[in-house]
Amino acid sequence: MAAEGRVVGIDLGTTNSLVAYMEGDKPVVIPGVDGSNLVPSVVALDPMPKDGNGRPTVTVGNSARRTLVETPERVIYSVKRLMGRGLEEVQSELKFFPFRLADDVEAGEVPRIQLGEMRFTPPEISAYILRQLKRNAERFFGSPVTQAVITVPAYFNDAQRQATKDAGRMAGLEVLRLVNEPTAAALAYGLDRNKEGLIAVYDFGGGTFDISILKLSDGIFEVQSTNGDTHLGGDDIDNLLLAIALDEIHSEHGIDLRQHPGAVQALRKSAIDAKIRLSSEPVAQFDVELPNGDRYQREIPREVFEQLIEPVLNRTAGPCKQALADAGVTPEQIDEVVLVGGSTRIPAVRKLVENLFHLAARGKKPHIELNPDEVVALGAAVQADILAGASATTEEMLLLDVTPLSLGIEALGGTVAKIIQRNSTIPASATEHFTTGVDGQTNVAIHVVQGERELAADCRSLARFDLKGIPPMSAGLPRIEVKFLIDADGILQVSAREQRSGQQSQIEVKPTYGLTDEQVESMILDSFDNAEADFAKRLLIEARNEADSILTKVEQAQSNPAWSQLRGEEIAAIESTRNHLSAARSGDDLNAIREATIALDKSTHRLAELMMDAAVTSAIRGKTMGEAGEQLNEDLTAPHPMAPAEFR
Amino acid sequence: MLKVIDSAIPVECWSCAVAHNESTLFCPHCSKIQPPPGGDYFSVFSLVPRLDLDLGMLEHQFHKLSRKLHPDRYARASENEKDWSLADTALLNDAYRTLRDPIRRTEYLLKLRGAEIGEEHAGKDRKDPSRVPADLLEEAFDLNMQLEEMRMSKKIGDTDPELQSGLEQAKKKYNDMLDGVDSDLRAQWQVWDDGEEGARKESEKKMVALLDRRRYISNLVRDVTETLAT
Repeated sequence: MAAEGRVVGIDLGTTNSLVAYMEGDKPVVIPGVDGSNLVPSVVALDPMPKDGNGRPTVTVGNSARRTLVETPERVIYSVKRLMGRGLEEVQSELKFFPFRLADDVEAGEVPRIQLGEMRFTPPEISAYILRQLKRNAERFFGSPVTQAVITVPAYFNDAQRQATKDAGRMAGLEVLRLVNEPTAAALAYGLDRNKEGLIAVYDFGGGTFDISILKLSDGIFEVQSTNGDTHLGGDDIDNLLLAIALDEIHSEHGIDLRQHPGAVQALRKSAIDAKIRLSSEPVAQFDVELPNGDRYQREIPREVFEQLIEPVLNRTAGPCKQALADAGVTPEQIDEVVLVGGSTRIPAVRKLVENLFHLAARGKKPHIELNPDEVVALGAAVQADILAGASATTEEMLLLDVTPLSLGIEALGGTVAKIIQRNSTIPASATEHFTTGVDGQTNVAIHVVQGERELAADCRSLARFDLKGIPPMSAGLPRIEVKFLIDADGILQVSAREQRSGQQSQIEVKPTYGLTDEQVESMILDSFDNAEADFAKRLLIEARNEADSILTKVEQAQSNPAWSQLRGEEIAAIESTRNHLSAARSGDDLNAIREATIALDKSTHRLAELMMDAAVTSAIRGKTMGEAGEQLNEDLTAPHPMAPAEFR
Repeated sequence: MLKVIDSAIPVECWSCAVAHNESTLFCPHCSKIQPPPGGDYFSVFSLVPRLDLDLGMLEHQFHKLSRKLHPDRYARASENEKDWSLADTALLNDAYRTLRDPIRRTEYLLKLRGAEIGEEHAGKDRKDPSRVPADLLEEAFDLNMQLEEMRMSKKIGDTDPELQSGLEQAKKKYNDMLDGVDSDLRAQWQVWDDGEEGARKESEKKMVALLDRRRYISNLVRDVTETLAT
């Protein structure tokens, strides 16, 4: 069954995730149950069941985002920034996010995030997002989906790639390939034209920045070089705006909103709205009511905004120049530049790109024909089609990607001996020989690192392993051949052999960061998920759950002040669609339930907006002074965006 | 040295059981992918070892083989075929990366022929005196003094225009020297490609010396460039 099923392409993004497939000769995004192509990469834990038994349900996407203001401690977003990272890195990352680490996390473990009363590793959180996308696709096709291509930032290291693959497995997906996001975008652009030449893909997303330079010839997409920053994206811009608002509210009105996670989330949404508006308008406003009745009103003209974000944007220039140098080309030799990622909608970003690649002088414009939010998923669908084979559209296409970082081994004195250079076409391999330093030694320890620095301590530690079972010989006599191979996903595989005795040495590769196979196995979500017999039943159960969830939310909303702001006909429409759904929900007609769910979702659209707008105020007013005081002492919560304004 | 995976010759095709004598990526009989063959990087491209290569042809061949070998083509094949596709493609990529670069290609061929080549990545000290070309010893010493002086003055925010222009001249001079080494190397390529065994041996010695010289000079150029840039 599964082996010859459809292969979908998934863009697992920092801010939004999408799933797409090839419909004939065109890649198409599969919409979710609410009709939207984008599934916000937000995961929320519903309240614990009232009887105290069982596990709370996990929701993903728009419905999870809605709970961000009311129960911020049960919601996580931007989890991609935490994927494949060690404890210290996660701690420094969390300075900018309202999540907190589980308090029993130990060094060397994959960090777990506390969400309500439960704890999850970043791959588990990502697995919930992937499972949602998988379900959206299954709902769309009416049949199970078990194989996928997932995109990752080109500059993701080995651990981040492995974590993404683990997440796929937990979600019940066989990950046929990890594809680099900029390369996927190039595939989407290169599909309908027989382009030849050099193209640069500038991918500035929610949390990561990538630049890739590709040579297109005769259907072969050959990456020449890639560079980037896995710590740079639209999030950084949001945080800057948020910092200003928080600081000004504090100094002008004497209110420290940072003590109110819900209010900060609502303000963060205003900051994002302002950022988006500034891409098309010359000015945007913050206008927020504060608890003491004051209003925080602030105009942000585009020039001010552009000055503010200039340092962030300039950080993309270095990687671009390095990528050009590594590819051995000048900006003038780049024939086309493709823009990818939501942040490339900012006019200042486009101007920067035009300057970097000397486009204006050559009468060229960067390519923006494909929706920058969707292009990566579309490209993933193209790659999925290539892998599935047997498609006339893609049979001549082939993607040759590179490894973004050099692979090295720690040598004497802590220096790094590079064995595979960055920008080598993958799969790539290197064979090294090791020997013993002491008579009778039976183990040799090897430390593998990734990065460009000269000292191992400055590079990213990938794995340490022991070559075991070396036959006892005089020092220097054993000759152990170790083969390092970076596969087509950009993930390292190691094998070893003692040559004098012909023995296969045992190796146990302990990844420095990451989950063991057993851990991944134990984290697989609903293992029954793939059983075909249960499929129809499952769809029905899911549809009912979705119906219940929205019905409950509408029920609760009636006591929200926003309800009284609705017009009479709006309330009537909600009542009618709600009764309709209640009736459909008790039946067995899957489509009737789904349609009624969508209808209710649509009729409550304005209600949801009103609730969001009112949120800053209510999130603050809802708390007693006592609660606020308690929160002050709750240091476990990482300080929220821009804690002490790091704003220069 | 190049890794040669043990493959008894003749080998039987795993799929059609017809024996094939040469190391090969695909069975000549049934065209199925085979485990990584022994043999050198040149043989991956069905070439005999030589130094003057037509890079256009090499790229064309690389693309053609990639289309047939790449793991993307075996995503739904048997586990064995998947493994071989991965290993064969890694071999192809390693071979192409080595052969398309003139210096790596020369070093590789010399190593195949048993020559000792100082490799940059092997962590050999680039200031290893035994590797310093005799005629450059004195000049290099002076240059290093100048570089040190430059770094010191830059550290205290001083710029000495005389020192600056001296270093820029040195950079140009060594770059010209590199061009000279490269054209000498190319001349040796011809000697090796066209020569008999005796002539080849002679030319190999010259190329080893030229590569040492080249490595030394390009390190000097790099040091000067870095110092001027900081």
